[in-house]
This record gives sequence, structure tokens and C-alpha cells, in this order.
Amino acid sequence: MSAIVLFLAVIAVIAGWWLSHQRLTAKPWLEEGPIGDFPGTDAMTWPAAKIGLGVFLAVASALFVLFISAYSMRMAMVDWRALPVPRLLWFNTGVLVLSSVALQWSYVAARRDDTDGVMIGLLAGGAAAIIFLAGQLLAWQQLSAAGYFMASNPANSFFYLLTAVHGLHLTGGLVALGRTSAKVWRHDAATAEMRLSVELCTIYWHFLLLVWLVLLGLLTGWTDNFVDICRQLLS
Amino acid sequence: MVDVPYDGIAGIPPAEVPDVELYHPKSWWTRYVFSQDAKVIAVQYSLTASAIGLVALVLSWLMRLQLGFPGTFSFIDANQYLQFITMHGMIMVIYLLTALFLGGFGNYLIPLMVGARDMVFPYVNMLSYWVYLLAVLVLASTFFVPGGPTGAGWTLYPPQAILSGTPGQDWGIILMMASLILFIIGFTMGGLNYVVTVLQARTRGMTLMRLPLTVWGIFTATVMALLAFPALFVASVMLLLDRLLGTSFFMPSLVEMGTLSKYSGGSPLLFQHLFWFFGHPEVYIVALPAFGIVSDLISTHARKNIFGYRMMVWAIVGIGALSFVVWAHHMYVSGMFPQFGYFFATTTLIIAVPTAIKVYNWVLTLWRGDIHLTVPMLFALGFIITFVNGGLTGLFLGNVVVDVPLSDTMFVVAHFHMVMGVAPIMVVLGAIYHWYPKVTGRMLNDVLGKFHFWVTFLGAYLIFFPMHYLGLLGVPRRYFELGDAAFIPPSAHSLNAFISVVALTVGFSQMVFLFNLVWSLFRGEPSGGNPWRATTLEWQTPETPPGHGNWGKELPIVYRWAYDYSVPGAEQDFIPQNQPPRATRAAQGAAS
Repeated sequence: MSAIVLFLAVIAVIAGWWLSHQRLTAKPWLEEGPIGDFPGTDAMTWPAAKIGLGVFLAVASALFVLFISAYSMRMAMVDWRALPVPRLLWFNTGVLVLSSVALQWSYVAARRDDTDGVMIGLLAGGAAAIIFLAGQLLAWQQLSAAGYFMASNPANSFFYLLTAVHGLHLTGGLVALGRTSAKVWRHDAATAEMRLSVELCTIYWHFLLLVWLVLLGLLTGWTDNFVDICRQLLS
Repeated sequence: MVDVPYDGIAGIPPAEVPDVELYHPKSWWTRYVFSQDAKVIAVQYSLTASAIGLVALVLSWLMRLQLGFPGTFSFIDANQYLQFITMHGMIMVIYLLTALFLGGFGNYLIPLMVGARDMVFPYVNMLSYWVYLLAVLVLASTFFVPGGPTGAGWTLYPPQAILSGTPGQDWGIILMMASLILFIIGFTMGGLNYVVTVLQARTRGMTLMRLPLTVWGIFTATVMALLAFPALFVASVMLLLDRLLGTSFFMPSLVEMGTLSKYSGGSPLLFQHLFWFFGHPEVYIVALPAFGIVSDLISTHARKNIFGYRMMVWAIVGIGALSFVVWAHHMYVSGMFPQFGYFFATTTLIIAVPTAIKVYNWVLTLWRGDIHLTVPMLFALGFIITFVNGGLTGLFLGNVVVDVPLSDTMFVVAHFHMVMGVAPIMVVLGAIYHWYPKVTGRMLNDVLGKFHFWVTFLGAYLIFFPMHYLGLLGVPRRYFELGDAAFIPPSAHSLNAFISVVALTVGFSQMVFLFNLVWSLFRGEPSGGNPWRATTLEWQTPETPPGHGNWGKELPIVYRWAYDYSVPGAEQDFIPQNQPPRATRAAQGAAS
């Protein structure tokens, strides 16, 4: 459970930093008065959707970190047999990186009011994400063809489970990406709303890329030493 | 003294009303059923939670019938008894209290109290309710599937939860997991709304330190729930896979019905860690909104500002943070590494400090206050008493050496019912009496309310206080019948019968409450906009019940904190949060 405790410590630091700017030491019973006396303490000015995405990313991170916590605890049992990672995953990772790059392209284009560039970036990013998902399914097929079934070993179970959870998050992202593309399709010029949608998609894509890289490190065993250290911290 | 009017609002631009894209219902269906208005969603959440809560109440009667008069009721067998226990616990903790505090009170009060027109994502908010309803229906359906609901206990510990021999092994456990997964998805949608609305949609002048404590409590509890529920999600998904696909995340190798099962190597302890990583914050997810609401009830009905507002805020935040590092105090007897117990006992006892600060502050708010013994105030006082009682026994159980002999006895049952059963329900009931006039425009009947309070409060005390003694005798929890154990004297059996009679009485007094809710809806005294003469924004709406969009044309502007009661020199004994300073200062000048 050390992974999730570390993650919560990070969240606590962020929350503490934010709260420290909110005048929590104020004495509100003495501070009758108009607005504007306390600059910086009013409601956040970011768009609600952006804050909402930030909060959602924290929740999704908690979910993945908890899976990782469970992984690291289950890994310590004697029956754990690491499975060979299919080569295909490297190709998939490359495609997911391209997908993220395409969305970044789209985001830059949106800031330049280049609607065509936005559309190209979104479509390329979406296509790459779909290829990634197909590649993941193919990797599952290869593994089960080689006899690594879901229930035959906990390492296999976690492999299927983690890739599935990541894939489902990406599928959800594709829905948002589709809606954003429809929005761009309807307008000729870039609007603030469109820019925001593209930006949020881009942030989410980078987040899922980061999650995938962490999961890949875990599944390939690169991070085993780190996991060991974490486990020893609390036992 | 020269009367210099305080010119606080000069030079401030007129309130800019941001063009909120309010959703406008076009038909009866979208106004009352598929509504995106937080107030309607709040009522839907509350009614659904109360309905499934009544099922859990009936289950508790059945359990009490069996415990009080073993062998008398032939329609209750041991398997059913376990199913009743499981469903009662699960429904009360998650589907009633969590949904009611966050989905019900959160939806109604957050936008009104922070001065917003609605939640920031109304469509997602609506989805949240419908997913919750689906979760409740899936849960309720387990009563009708072959084998019935699961009887694994509300903690659903593997391996026993998914092995044959546990009731509900066929369908019950699968649907239970599915229902929990749905609940968490639905809650996350709602939770995003509550958090972002508090962060982003507060009206002008509403700084964090001017928020009513109700909002602080619900906000902090929501943040905690968003971080804690994923642990239950992970545990549910993995247990479901163990059950359905035969993986061995949690299941060790064992012999089941004489044959070696297909499982091997899994760790039941891992499930317990995940479950309690959710389960302990869950206690505070239920408690923090109760803390916040009760602070507002006490302050309003004692006509006095809350004592130590800053400390109250810090305590809420502190409790929220600490509650994530105490989870393993539920696992002292689980076989985990023993030295963990030392660490978790320490953090558990530390969390008593901010909690005690809150209790002192409530009592000091009452001290020399102008206490009106209205029904909400009575329930708030009842909360303080039951909460202190439950909190003190928490100190017993937080210590490893005391907990080990008391584990799995009725003492634990008494403790958690006092602290997170009766105490939060007291606040729920008090809050309903307090805010019912805002929701419906009519007061609840006072005589019925006082009857309801006294029967509920005294009855709940008579139920759970004696249970501590049963626990000290060693009477185990979760047992279908006690049999002729030498250490259980005959008086314990008479005490059990007494508790059962009281439990039925308290249960029936809730029917009086339900009658009051319906009767007052049509025949209650019209309340006006602000019957309790309260300061917070929800009482200052132009219409009662608040209309769509809450605030007429312009959003309110906030000039003061939420607790200006009995301010010396002011015209009235309360000053609403949106009353400009000039008006009160002029009044003060006239008075002096």
C-alpha cells in the first residue's frame, strides 16, 4: 500500500499549497465588508470543465495507483511467474506516443486558429488511438495463443486487468475526442469553446500516455527494484 | 458620536451576472423526472436512499426478532440471518448514508449555500442519479435471484465471500459487486460536480472562510470519497474476477467441500487492505457532512455564532487528511505484520484531537446561547451525546490490547452504531426538520416531530448502550443464535429481548416521521422564506421553494461570514450573508 500512501502525500501537498493561498488564518467574524478586499480568494477563474478534468485525473490516478499497490503486494507471493511481454507492446507504445503528438499538434493549431490543422491533428490522434487499442487486443490474442490465460497465473491476471482498465479509459477519451471533432467540424473559425475542448483532450491523452508508460515499466519488470524498495518502506 | 455611514459598497462595479447556460426544462418529464436541476436531483437522491434505507430498517427488525427471541420465528434461518446482516450494513453505510449526505444534501445545499445557479455540470449530475438508481435496483434485485443476496457480511471478506456455503454464492455476490461498481461510477460523476461547484461557482464575496461549515463538511467528504472509493472499486473488480474467471487475486489455495479448489496463492489480506483503505475514510465521509450540518443547526438554533470557526475548518481538513492513514486499525486481528498495529493505533488516537476540538466547540457554542429547543436543535443535541459516547468507545477499540479481546463482539457493534449509525442519522433527521420548509415551503408538524425525537433518541440509546455490556461479556456478533454457552448468563438473553422490543418501537416511530413528511407537505403551516431567521444564502432566495436558477436575475453578493447571530447593536438577531455592511452600520449608529 506504500504506492497509494505516497500518491496521497503528493495530493496532500498540492491541496495544502492551494489552501495556504486561501487565507485559512483569516478571522472572518471581523471581516465584514465588500468583495474585492481579499484578492485571490474568490472562486477560481479557470473554466469549470478544466478544473473538472483536473479532479477527474486525480481520481483516475488514484485508481491506477491502487491497482499498482495491489500488483506490488500480490507480486511478493511465491506463485508469481512474470510473463514474457509481447514485442507488439513496443509498437503499440510508439503508436500511443504518436497519438499524443498528434493531439499536441492539434492543440497548437487551435491556438493559431488553424481549423484545418486542428481537424487533422484530432483525426490522426484518434486513428492512432484506435490502432493502439487494436494492437492491445492483438497482444491479448498472442498471449492467450501462447497459453498465458487470464487465470493461469496472477501475473497474467494483472496483465489483462491493467491493460483493460487503461484501454477503457482511452475508449472513454475517444468519445470525448469524437464530440470535439464534431464541434470543430461544425465551425469554420476556432471558438473559445473549441479551443478548450481540444486542450482538455490533449491533457487527457498525455495523462493516459504517462499512465501507460508507468504500467509498461511495471509489466516489463523494469521497475521491480523500485517496487521492492517501496514494499520494504512499509514492512 | 457622529454617524458616519460605512461606505463599503461604493466603487464596486454592479454584479456581473455571467451568462450561465442554464438548462431549461421543456416538459413535465424533463422537469421532474429526467431533470438536470440540482434541487430535483437532490430530492430524487433522498427519496431513493430513504426507500432502500427502509428496506434495511426492516432487515434490522428481522435480525432483532431472531436475536431477542431465538427459535420463535421459524421463517428466519441461519442463512437468511447472515443475508439480513450483510444487506443491512451495506445499505445503511453506502446506499443510504453516503448517498443521502452527498447526493441528497450535497446537491440541494451546495449550489444554494455558495450562491450558484446550479451545479457546474448539470447533465453529468443527472446521469449520476440514474446510475445510482440502477445500482440500488441491482442491489435490491439480489433479494429475488436464486440463492438470495450474499451473506458474506458487509465487509465481503474473501475467501469466504465467494465460496460455496456462504449464502448468495451463486448470484448474490456477483450482483453485489456489480452494484458497488455502478455506485462508485455514479458517485464519481456527482462528486466531480460537488467539488468543482465549490471551487469554481461560488458567488462574489464568498471566500472559503465565509463558507458555512455545512459546505466545508460536504466538500471535504466529497474529496475524500473521490480518493477512497477507487479502492473499493479495485477490490470489487478483482473479487468479481476471482469469482467469475477464476483468477487468484485474493483467493488462497484451499480445500472446498473436500476437493482442492481451482484457486492458489492469493492474499485475503490484500483485500482487507484495499477494503479498509476505502472503509475507514468512509466513516468520515459520513461523519464530516454531519459535523458541518450540526454546526449550522446549533449556531442557528442557539442564536449564536459558531465558536472557533477557524478551528472547525482546520479540524475538518485535518480529520480528512488523517483518516487516510488509520485504515489498518480495522485489521488488528487479521494476521498482518504486528508492528503495523503500533503505528495505526497512534494515528487513530491522534485523530481524536481534532474531533474533540469540534465537540468542545459545539458545546461552547451552546454555552450561554439563546437556545431554542426546536426539533432540529433537539436532534443536534442528541447527535452530540451519541457521538461523544461512540467516540469514547472508539478510543477503547483504537488500542490494540483492548481491541483484541473485544474484536467480533457486540461491543464493536455498539461502538459503530453509536458513532456512525445513530449519530449521523440524528443529523439527517435534524437537517430534514431544518430544511424541509425550504424544500416544500411548509413546516413539519412540531408535536409529531418532538414525539419522533424523544422516541428515537431515548430508544436508540436503550438499544445500543446495553450492547456494550453484552460485548464485555464476550457475546459475539454475527451469530445466528448464542446457544448455551457458559459465559453468557441468562440476563444477557433477557437483555437481548429487551433490546429487540425497543428496536421495534424505535422502528415504528419512524413511521410517524414518514406520516409527518407526507401530511405536512399538504397540511403543514406555510413557512415563509426564512422561518428559522438564519443567515446563510439558501434562506435568502427570492422564492420558496427556490425557483429554477435559484436567484432571480442577479446572483447574491456576500459581505460577511455565515454566523452573524445576535450581533450587538444590529436591528435583528441575525444578519444575512448578503446584507451590505452599510445597512447594519447605519442601524448600529442609530442604536448607539
